[in-house]
Amino acid sequence: MGEVTESPKVHPGTGESAWDDRLDEHVIAPVKRAGRGYVLWLVGLSAMIVWGVFAYSTQVRDGLYVTGMRDRISWGLYISSFVFFIGISHAGTLISAILRVSNASWRTPITRIAESITVVALVTGGLMVIVDMGKPLRLYQMFINGNWQSPLMWDMFAITIYLTASVTYLLVPMVPDLALFRDRLDGRVPRFQWWIYAVFSFGWRGNTAQKKSLTKSISLLAVLIIPIAVSVHTVVSWIFAMTLRVSWNSTIFGFFFVTGAIFSGIAALILVLAVVRRRFHLQEYITSVHFEYLGYLLLTAAMVMLYSNASEYITKGFHASEDDLFAFRELFLTEFAPLYWFYFFGGLVFPILIVAFKRTRNVIGLSIASAFVLVAMFIERYFIVVAGLRVPLMPYEPASYAPTWVEWSVFGAGLALFLLLLTLFTKFFPVLAVWEMKEEHEARMARVPTEHEAVEQ
Amino acid sequence: MQFNRRRSNHRVESHPVGLGLADGLGSEGSTPTSDGPTAVPVSVSRRNVLKKLGAGGLAVAAPALGLGAMVKPENAQEDRPALGPRGRVRQWGMIIDLRRCDGCQSQGTPPQCTLACIEGHLAPEPMEWIEIYENEMSGGGTQFLPTPCQQCENPPCVNVCPVAATYSQPDGIVAIDQERCIGCRLCMAACPYDRRFFNWGTAPVPPEALLADYSPAHQVPAKRGTVMKCDFCTDLVRAGSLPQCVQACPQDAIYYGDLEEDIATNGVEVVGFQDYLTRNNTYRLKEDLGTRPRVHYIPGHGEDVGRDPESTGRLPTEWPWADRAKGAVTWER
Ligand code: SF4
Ligand code: SF4
Repeated sequence: MGEVTESPKVHPGTGESAWDDRLDEHVIAPVKRAGRGYVLWLVGLSAMIVWGVFAYSTQVRDGLYVTGMRDRISWGLYISSFVFFIGISHAGTLISAILRVSNASWRTPITRIAESITVVALVTGGLMVIVDMGKPLRLYQMFINGNWQSPLMWDMFAITIYLTASVTYLLVPMVPDLALFRDRLDGRVPRFQWWIYAVFSFGWRGNTAQKKSLTKSISLLAVLIIPIAVSVHTVVSWIFAMTLRVSWNSTIFGFFFVTGAIFSGIAALILVLAVVRRRFHLQEYITSVHFEYLGYLLLTAAMVMLYSNASEYITKGFHASEDDLFAFRELFLTEFAPLYWFYFFGGLVFPILIVAFKRTRNVIGLSIASAFVLVAMFIERYFIVVAGLRVPLMPYEPASYAPTWVEWSVFGAGLALFLLLLTLFTKFFPVLAVWEMKEEHEARMARVPTEHEAVEQ
Repeated sequence: MQFNRRRSNHRVESHPVGLGLADGLGSEGSTPTSDGPTAVPVSVSRRNVLKKLGAGGLAVAAPALGLGAMVKPENAQEDRPALGPRGRVRQWGMIIDLRRCDGCQSQGTPPQCTLACIEGHLAPEPMEWIEIYENEMSGGGTQFLPTPCQQCENPPCVNVCPVAATYSQPDGIVAIDQERCIGCRLCMAACPYDRRFFNWGTAPVPPEALLADYSPAHQVPAKRGTVMKCDFCTDLVRAGSLPQCVQACPQDAIYYGDLEEDIATNGVEVVGFQDYLTRNNTYRLKEDLGTRPRVHYIPGHGEDVGRDPESTGRLPTEWPWADRAKGAVTWER
């Protein structure tokens, strides 16, 4: 695997500036390096996946009996993590597309990573829902006997379309960078790997016509992908909202889920960026400014989350039906109170404070805040699912649910798969949008330097 | 009104009004015994019969095995909905008289309707397709609430099923095709009456269940990873018999009937369906949800059979074959 010694060769005869060359080297470096830590990391993740597959095999053998779910709380960790991962998937595409459409040029170095998170999270999320099924081999039934009335059907279509769209949206802007890899890594990586670069750079030569059509397709994709992404998490929420359960049957659910998705997506992006930038020494390109801006986005999303919470709970609380009161008591005071208040203070208030103060609004502060947000959002998904199902429908004692080792193992494998795919992506593909950065750099250089920049240089 | 009559009285021998329910009763060979529901579960002696059975003899012997209508006769017509006298599709419905339900407290037994349902459907533990909830009343004390699937006319479970494995039949019954169900359990989240049951593991059912020809009309044998629920005994009814719970209720509290022909019976008396609803101020569960259930309730707490609302508790249901089913597991609801 790319066992080429580190030799910062300057590619001859391309006439690129020193800045460009350094950028190329930085992006290509991960492909060539494979340290011990990296191998250990891969082994660890693979072990988790293998263990999860083993756990799942017991579920295949004995049925969903091996989980903690039963008739009255019939969804649990699997569905929560499905919602969670689909939420994370909004990191990328939505954020990068919105920033692209709104011409926020600071986005350029972070879009690639954001988009890759999307694809990887979608794959993982999709698997989590299949794992939850009692008869996964009958999935094909959805294609031959699909019922268009069912939110799950909408879901399947929304997610498939979103996956297709985000793979495209990841791939298309990557074409020139893959061409770069194709040209620079010929003979330096295994044949198959090089072949992938060659195929997916679609004969890119970087001429004007190609550039023009590329720019066009990217802007078209960016516009298309926003409604698709919004629709995905809306229909995910509708799996819940379209039932008649008190905690779920609410018009705010779509909006709430989309906001939550963007919120957790930004957090995931911040955390992954922090790691990638450190590991691949990209501090020069992914700067504290990026973190600051993402921090502001995180703050905004947290505020909207607070607002949605207030809107939902105050409306319901004012109504205060018996079931509402039961749900509230469990959420705020008893059964789920620790989870809820962790989510509220750790996942909403704490990040807001971190971003609000200049002293903490830095890479470390934001990474910590993002970790909190991710945990809190997972918890939020969990209590939405489980606490919603716990409200008794008929006069019976509320059922209880606790995930079993099988569920934890499968969930752990899902997490490991997510990280593994992401690691492999950053290892084998350009993590920065090199050509866009070059173009912007050129444009910056061509401009008459402002006083400020002149001083800097 | 009479109470505590023996089982044999529940036969609707020949009904003047021609409900059609009576026509085939007993003709399937499942002659009611004097002390048990019509479809008697297999007894030990019958297991020998089971051994000797070739595949061909199965249809003949099936009634004796308690499989009743669960084995397809040669000319099975079970996909055709039952028709009323004027050729219209029957619209099944139920009236449950809570004034007469005492949760079988006076019998000193677990609820007989639930038991008959379990035995007749070979239902896996811990599924109570008709479940007796004990509901607190506003002035104190409790009432018993026998709750089968409400056979909603606007069924949330059908609306959400992604593969239409749960579907509304022309006769108004909501059925489940366990050969199509993908086990997503969206319907369980959607049903507002807690009326759906999942086969979490390999369910404990008697061995003879495996001989039945699977059909959504009786859901035997149970399939792991799929959902089950009350099917309103459409196979029994097609054979001319009343549902298990109706037959088994010692207080005759459950009426079954056809809204189309406007007639209902508890096996003892015949009433006009709509008229009976009006006269008795019936209500439906969670009517405000708009599910339009086909099950109607006459308010009460067992007063007609002398139950004191303060006498709480009913005996827990027991599944007769839990230990007979090899390799099966049971679970809590
Ligand atoms: S569990 Fe089966 S019946 Fe229920 S919604 Fe899913 S596929 Fe339909
Ligand atoms: S009671 Fe539940 S299972 Fe029965 S039809 Fe209504 S929603 Fe479906």
